[in-house]
Amino acid sequence: MTAVVALLVAGPLVASAAGLACRARSRLRDTITIGSLTAVTALAAWLLIAVERDGTIAVRVGGWDPELGIVLVADLFAALILVVAMATILVVEIYAIGQRRTAWGADPQLAGPLLLVLTAGIALAILTGDLFTLFVAFELILVSSYVLLTHQGRRGQIRSGMTYVTMNLFASTLFLIGVAVVYAATGTVNLALLAERIPELPSELQWGIGLWFLVVFGTKAAIFPLFSWLPDSYPTAPTTITAVFAGLLTKIGVYALIRFNTLTGMEDLGPVILTAAGITMLVGVAGALAQDDVKRILSFHIVSQIGYMLMGLGLFSVAGVAGAVLFLIHQIPIKTVLFLVGGLIEEHEGTSALDRIGGLSARQPLLAALFAIPALSLAGLPPFSGFVAKLALVEAGIAELAMPIVVVSLAASILTLLSMAKIWLGLFWGTKPDDAPRIVTPTGDTRSGLGRRLTVGATATAVAGTVAIALFAGPLWDLSERAATDLLDPVAYTNEVLG
Amino acid sequence: MSLALVFAAGGLAAIGTYLVTARSLSRIVLGFSLLGHSAVLALLAAGGPAGEAPIADRSEPDTLANPLPQALSLTAIVISFGLTLFLLALARRQHQLSGDDLVEDDLEDRRIAASKPTTQSHAATEEAA
Repeated sequence: MTAVVALLVAGPLVASAAGLACRARSRLRDTITIGSLTAVTALAAWLLIAVERDGTIAVRVGGWDPELGIVLVADLFAALILVVAMATILVVEIYAIGQRRTAWGADPQLAGPLLLVLTAGIALAILTGDLFTLFVAFELILVSSYVLLTHQGRRGQIRSGMTYVTMNLFASTLFLIGVAVVYAATGTVNLALLAERIPELPSELQWGIGLWFLVVFGTKAAIFPLFSWLPDSYPTAPTTITAVFAGLLTKIGVYALIRFNTLTGMEDLGPVILTAAGITMLVGVAGALAQDDVKRILSFHIVSQIGYMLMGLGLFSVAGVAGAVLFLIHQIPIKTVLFLVGGLIEEHEGTSALDRIGGLSARQPLLAALFAIPALSLAGLPPFSGFVAKLALVEAGIAELAMPIVVVSLAASILTLLSMAKIWLGLFWGTKPDDAPRIVTPTGDTRSGLGRRLTVGATATAVAGTVAIALFAGPLWDLSERAATDLLDPVAYTNEVLG
Repeated sequence: MSLALVFAAGGLAAIGTYLVTARSLSRIVLGFSLLGHSAVLALLAAGGPAGEAPIADRSEPDTLANPLPQALSLTAIVISFGLTLFLLALARRQHQLSGDDLVEDDLEDRRIAASKPTTQSHAATEEAA
């Protein structure tokens, strides 16, 4: 099992180097990318089965003492998110390869290898057992995302890339200073040791550290008031890249928030987190309602949905954290698939502006169905996965008597439905405006051939995956609950790392 | 000694933050360099008092400087060096595209803030872009 944990991080990096070495030979490069992503998805699934059966696995890299060396830890929470994340990236890469055949994608030479670096960074961020390696993992994710966002060099991408890089680089610097503060206060950066030492610090210092890292991870997770870089930058990137960012980057920020705050027992921060959660939900959805471009609407919804995960964390109860875990599992594929459908629409119509498209449901019933399922799920309508996750959170909120956040979360859900209805009315019903210019796609025909089959197939697979989350909600909820119990009582975690 | 480090780190962070808020990307690059130095100084200060170079079998263990923050700093320096280069590349590209290295406003945002969306404003946005 030790090798599996290490391979999840090292494998994509090695494959990325191999892909770069043969970047000019597209077939070989794509085979390497798909092969390695399939392999890490399978490894992650194997890891989940092993962790579910035998409990947390800790790996000391190089055999160093945990106080000095790097530890990789796979607990139930990590393994669950890892499987979902890796499978999502695999689907997006299949879509991307299909898209390249229609010449709509990013520069194909770099995109695949860069995506693998991003994958390695995500795996490392999920598995890492110390704060400094978490910083390095974030850098790995961000550096590859900077390049993915800007490497085509279009004007809009450079403009929004500057905001994105500046904002995230600033948060990274704060992260590093925070690591220094934690090290000065406790003499370690190992998360398991921090779980023992931070609760013994004076409460002012605990508050300081807690709030500092709330800002650091909150910027990555795009919570209120630190979200403004997100709706500005995501829509400018090519579809596949936005889809990966939307599904995973902010969620890794949320993952880090949940991991750090539960391990170090920051229950006092609960009200602060709940307040941020409520405002994030409302501001995100209000922003979405004001927009009239599919990609921008969806970008604001990323922000809004982050609020729900924070709500689960802020409750600091087993039911609340389990709800946040389940919401994370539901949200990663949902967000990705919505952007993929947005990309299909953009490819088909040449634009993603609502007022230039109409009547798609008659012309493209398949697209309409592929959009409707994740959209209703996002709004939280039964019987889709969003309903299960939101129900869990609302029940947890009621159990903790946190009525304001429950009311806000329900209101935000209704507004989300309204926003989805706006997209539906704009895209699928009505008629296409007469003056809408028909933008000719680069290669002309995008509607047939293998490329089209791959993009639509990948999207349909992902939609089926989100439906499966709803179908297997019972077992998934049990797993989430067990993961949350372990998170809130980190004895098993610390014993495995330090023992 | 350590107090001087802390003040230096704070001062660098203040100047760096001021520079990062500028519109010109070259100033932002300078700001991040200073911020990076500030973080490294903070890490060193967190490692406790200075001592002999931590080389195995050459110095007495109890007179050594703490090697862990030094290892962390080294990693951080490498990362911030790479990112400085990337920011400079961005600044150069922006200069190629627009003749200066200023961070521009989000046009879509301004359009939505300014008016009700109409087809004309769409066209105007695209002309501007």
